Amino acid sequence: MVRNSLGRMIPETFAGKRLLPYRDPWSLLPGRDMATRGLRRVNPGSNKLLANLHDAITAAGLKDGMTISTHHSLRNGDFLLNQVVRTIDSLGIRDIKIASSSIHPVHAELIPYIRKGVITGLECGVNGLIGELISKGELDCPVIVRSHGGTARALITGDVPVDVAFIAAPCCDEYGNMNGFFGPSACGSLGYAMVDALHAGCVVAVTDNLVPYPASPISIPQTLVDYVARVETLGDPAKIVSTTTRITTDPIGLLIAKYAAMVIEASGCLTDGFSFQTGSGGISLAVADQVRTLMRKGKIRGSFGCGGITGYFVEMLEEGLFQTLFDVQCFDLRAVESIGRNPSHLEISADMYANPFNAGAVVNRLDCVILGATEVDTDFNVNVNTESNGYLLHNTGGHSDTAAGAKLAIIVAPSIRGRLPIIRDAVTTVTTPGDTVDVIVTERGIVVNDRHAELKEELIRRRAPVKDIRELRDEICRVTGEPRPLEFEDEVVGLVEYRDGSIIDVIRKVKE
Amino acid sequence: MADYRLRRSLLYVPGNMPSMLQNIPLFNCDGVIIDLEDAVPLSEKDAARILVKRFLENYTERNKEVLVRINPLDSKWGLDDLRVVLPALPDGVRLPKADTPEIVERLDTLLTEFEEELELDIGRFRILPSIESARGILNATGIASTSKRVFALAFGAEDYTASMEIERTKGGEELFNARTRVLWAARAAGIQAIDSIFADVNDMEGLRRETELIKRLGYTGKSLVNPRQIDVVHEVFAPKQEEIDYALQVIDAIKRARLMGTGVISLGGRMIDAPVVKRAVRVLRTAHAHGLVDSAVEDEVVYGSE
Repeated sequence: MVRNSLGRMIPETFAGKRLLPYRDPWSLLPGRDMATRGLRRVNPGSNKLLANLHDAITAAGLKDGMTISTHHSLRNGDFLLNQVVRTIDSLGIRDIKIASSSIHPVHAELIPYIRKGVITGLECGVNGLIGELISKGELDCPVIVRSHGGTARALITGDVPVDVAFIAAPCCDEYGNMNGFFGPSACGSLGYAMVDALHAGCVVAVTDNLVPYPASPISIPQTLVDYVARVETLGDPAKIVSTTTRITTDPIGLLIAKYAAMVIEASGCLTDGFSFQTGSGGISLAVADQVRTLMRKGKIRGSFGCGGITGYFVEMLEEGLFQTLFDVQCFDLRAVESIGRNPSHLEISADMYANPFNAGAVVNRLDCVILGATEVDTDFNVNVNTESNGYLLHNTGGHSDTAAGAKLAIIVAPSIRGRLPIIRDAVTTVTTPGDTVDVIVTERGIVVNDRHAELKEELIRRRAPVKDIRELRDEICRVTGEPRPLEFEDEVVGLVEYRDGSIIDVIRKVKE
Repeated sequence: MADYRLRRSLLYVPGNMPSMLQNIPLFNCDGVIIDLEDAVPLSEKDAARILVKRFLENYTERNKEVLVRINPLDSKWGLDDLRVVLPALPDGVRLPKADTPEIVERLDTLLTEFEEELELDIGRFRILPSIESARGILNATGIASTSKRVFALAFGAEDYTASMEIERTKGGEELFNARTRVLWAARAAGIQAIDSIFADVNDMEGLRRETELIKRLGYTGKSLVNPRQIDVVHEVFAPKQEEIDYALQVIDAIKRARLMGTGVISLGGRMIDAPVVKRAVRVLRTAHAHGLVDSAVEDEVVYGSE
């Protein structure tokens, strides 16, 4: 065990890999080249189109011990990963690792295949039951949680060599040109799959909507795609882009949003060229709503909105409040509809979005990002992975990437959740280091990281409820009482990898 | 001395909801009315009373006026409400169904008794009578001057329309006469007037229209049922920049007048005297509450120093 710079104990190895303890957000750069893959030659007249997944897996040469990937743009409506794993099992293949961009509750169907040894490792974070069972020690499957930028990085550096990428392609032709804009399983941006298509050893497009050659527009081109497999359906359209994107009506959420907007206004970044990212949660959207009002009032023309894109951002684009949207993933149907039609709504890859090891990702150009938290600590470290019971329940998403990139990373969260205080002496799990977090906004007050003394002064001048983080922590604990500490075993069941590949924290088995 | 306390927004909070009580310190309304009456089901009257007492005991850093709406004094809960809650020191009591001066006098006497028992200054607990029936409307003038504790009259349109067996509309035509009578009664007694709630929490435009109306009439504030309504009401009550500029000129002029040993002075051809100064002070205090001017006006400016 070694202690990383945040004081977290990190084992020297995990699942056979040597680990690099996290040191800081900025300096790591391994001195090596990008990963390579073999040249390919497809001669005229050859056929890429296969009848089903069974044939595709066979053609791709998948063998015991290999790694596969899927993208999560179909979100909780995805049928593909479950279908792929069922087929792998039927072929008798074992010891497969999954390096998808994320895993959703719908993939709880994989649990029996993990127990059976078909799946033996998760090179990606998980949302839902699988994470809970791993945390309880009831499911033996090493898991490495990565951010979106970190996942792209791991594929590009070869830290995670994907042998076969199965890319759900909502609109695809027989030669492998595809986009996500049209068809019964339309999901909009294929930003995550773009990285897989460029770096996996073998690329299989899977579609339920084969269109005459050439599919247009082309998000992922034929030159990257080895096979095209047909399936009955890729997913449940009702759940593919089902995120409820509605502004909160909860007075506490609205109060938090109002304070967050005060912070943005006071920071001085809200001028022409403003760039902005929020999530799709009710509070985030309420912040976006306030920002929209401020932009209208000040006749501000922003530069870009970014991230997972909601209809709300689409409206801001159409209103002229942003020049461009950078879309790595669509959160709702309005976003899907817009990306297929509006040339200012740009589809970008996860690499361009957030990879720390390229010549500059979009997150580096963000003025402000609004992020959530399950816990924050007095060093500004943020946890979004584990819940108050210690279970791994959420994936990182772009959290640590955007926090590192944006000039102003604002965490919005209610001060009390389920009777527990959100500000702790130390978070259960560090997802995002405090060095990259600028402001924490709760309904009980605003905390500004000491790095921003000017912003703090300006907020005080504007009579915003600025508090010291310990003062706020104590105030919340006077209401909630001090929660009983969680108890963990020594056994490490998962890792939280920082975007640069160093290990920022571990997931330990919860003592039951 | 006139009471300049801002009461633009008095937010109702149910007395039986811990999750809502705990948020009272967080909202920027001028006051809260913690409700032990209509919001609390009969089975929870005792529990709510104790909960409110505990909350108030722990709410030590008071940042807004705290009123408790007790059950009517002729109900079986009213007196117990006072007995349990007053030791936790609310600022005052909102008295429902204040139909006659006698009802308010009765509360006044009770409050004096509690103040004596608790060794508090007499007059500490204030009274906000709710005028919410035809009888109350007709008696409003008397009610307004019953007791020094009465700092405002509150108009209760929901109960009023119920007592009249009519429907309350968003236009509010059916309220006009009653609303005005409550206002006159309050103003004649030199106290504030607080308008009724606006029940549709999703209709912010309707709330804005109604608030604009009651502000024009002369009401100084409004009772609210949802924290989301606070900002709309404050926006309506926010003084306009011209009003602020003029008020600043008035204060400046009266300061000069005092230096010259007079209480009257001319500003741009208009006579500035006590009523004009009072209006200016109100404008500037409201402006201060909105963060539109840096400092509030001292009482000394209004009355001069001795």
